[in-house]
Amino acid sequence: MSTQALIMMITTVTVVTCITGYFFYKVLTTPPRSEPDSYEDNDDQPR
Amino acid sequence: MGLILAMAGNAVGLGNFLRFPVQAIQNGGGAFIIPYLVCFLLMGIPLLWIEWATGRFGGSKGHHSTPFILDAMDKRKFWKYIGVFGIFTNLAVAAYYCYLESWTLNYVWNAITGTFRGETAESVSNYFNAYVNAGDAHQHWSAWIADNPAPIIFWVVCLVLNTWILSKGLSGGVEKVAKIGMPLLIVFGVFLAIMSISLKSGQHGAVYGGSEGLNFLWTPDFSTIWNPKVWLAAAGQIFFTLSVGMGSIQCYASYVRKKDDIALNAMSAGWMNEFVEVVLGAAIIIPISVGYLGVDKVVEMTRTGGLGLGFRTLPFLFEQWGTTLAVICGVFWFGLLFFAGITSSLAMGTPWMGFMQDEFGWSRSKGAWSFGAIVLILGLPTVLFFNQGVFDEYDYWAGTVSLVVFALGETILFAWIFGMDKGWREINAGGDIQVPIVFKFIIKYVTPTLLLLVFLGALITPEGNDWVGAFQNGWKLDNGSIIKQLLNTGIKDQMQMSREAGDLVTYDALKTKLLYVNGARLLLLAVFFGVAWLVSKAYFKRVKSGKII
Repeated sequence: MSTQALIMMITTVTVVTCITGYFFYKVLTTPPRSEPDSYEDNDDQPR
Repeated sequence: MGLILAMAGNAVGLGNFLRFPVQAIQNGGGAFIIPYLVCFLLMGIPLLWIEWATGRFGGSKGHHSTPFILDAMDKRKFWKYIGVFGIFTNLAVAAYYCYLESWTLNYVWNAITGTFRGETAESVSNYFNAYVNAGDAHQHWSAWIADNPAPIIFWVVCLVLNTWILSKGLSGGVEKVAKIGMPLLIVFGVFLAIMSISLKSGQHGAVYGGSEGLNFLWTPDFSTIWNPKVWLAAAGQIFFTLSVGMGSIQCYASYVRKKDDIALNAMSAGWMNEFVEVVLGAAIIIPISVGYLGVDKVVEMTRTGGLGLGFRTLPFLFEQWGTTLAVICGVFWFGLLFFAGITSSLAMGTPWMGFMQDEFGWSRSKGAWSFGAIVLILGLPTVLFFNQGVFDEYDYWAGTVSLVVFALGETILFAWIFGMDKGWREINAGGDIQVPIVFKFIIKYVTPTLLLLVFLGALITPEGNDWVGAFQNGWKLDNGSIIKQLLNTGIKDQMQMSREAGDLVTYDALKTKLLYVNGARLLLLAVFFGVAWLVSKAYFKRVKSGKII
């Protein structure tokens, strides 16, 4: 592989993998939402 | 988590593995990657946010399909008819996409039964041609079905499977499939990528090493970066791969609660799709195909047909790895593609079902089976008359042009009519991440401008894609431009040439093709106006019941 192609591939693959990994990590570590405690928070739920 | 996997399952489709490498090859390898990534950042990501925000906003008002989701965003009544695209496109794309899916199912069967064992590369490639063009060998389609029913059988199996899963419900059906299939898909994709990258010249009959293909794909060619043809292809791939401009994302998002996150969800699903496409998709078909066939042969093969490359080459290549591995790889690869396809086609059923459930009180099961019936009627011509160009007509008008038109319409509505300040609040409401403020500017100015340029570029493509020449020497439209496509200029030119050459057989064949092409368009128009009529009926039903004043 040429140096140019190698740089292009490694850069793109690294950036895409890191960003995907970052967002995946964010999804996994984001704490679940607490239960709604008022009708205002809960206004889209059927009563 | 389940929703993200479902969304990723929707976004990760046949386009990631089959269309992306072919697009990259057709557009000069490394020249394609930069416009592609720019289009992803400036068009793909903003459209994902727009569609998620629009869908959730509509869902909070009790709408689950694009006509009334868009209607809820502005007082003007015509928006719901722009929203018709969000149902029409899904029905029309599902009609031919199911056929594509059925090819993968057929190849799983072939891998199990050892159809390609001991065959040459040419005969494996010819099998695919014979499969999709089976009608060519018969005078009448009924004779073809009696002689070789496989394309019809596999297509019907696919359609029934889709409909059955849909009838089981959004969370029950799609999410269960995505939860099982996504990790499997990625794991096997990594395995195949490693196998193809590590391919060495002389090993398993390979002529070149896997790095040859990677070199072709990743060598940047900055001289073509201003070629609009490459940009159009890159934008088209982004639409196809992210399933934006279709209406199915809005349908998913309409079930997201008002204060739940969409900013992070959209990003996770979008980037997961990019990972599968750029990291895995790029590392499988191109290195393997180039390794065994060479760059020139692969470039030549992609000229005669895009999505078929994987079907034409990979079964032969798997056979070189020994009988056991050939069966395992064939089953997993085509099974994986089938899974990637079915999650996408399932998403195409939800807008129609959501609309009929909301507006006409249909049950989920009735909605799903009616979707199956429409796809059966609409899709049958793509199977029977594939060689007459019906499949390509659907792909062009419903799977390409409609996506851009709808995306342009929804972006203008979101950024300029609904209002960017309000839209920005919708995107960030309940967000687990804060969207960078620069995207407020991008969504308002850059994305609609790019979409408009893409649409105009396709509408008035100059002859030979020579844009510089067109500006300097006068504008002559290319036969591939939307205007010339609409006028069937390409086929008519060929007809004239064959008549002048005295080749009446070709002339008659082209005349028949013209008939089928126009028939396919009429069928698509009938579906569009049929859905528009239902939207109009639903609107007056709402007015009558006092829901709309």
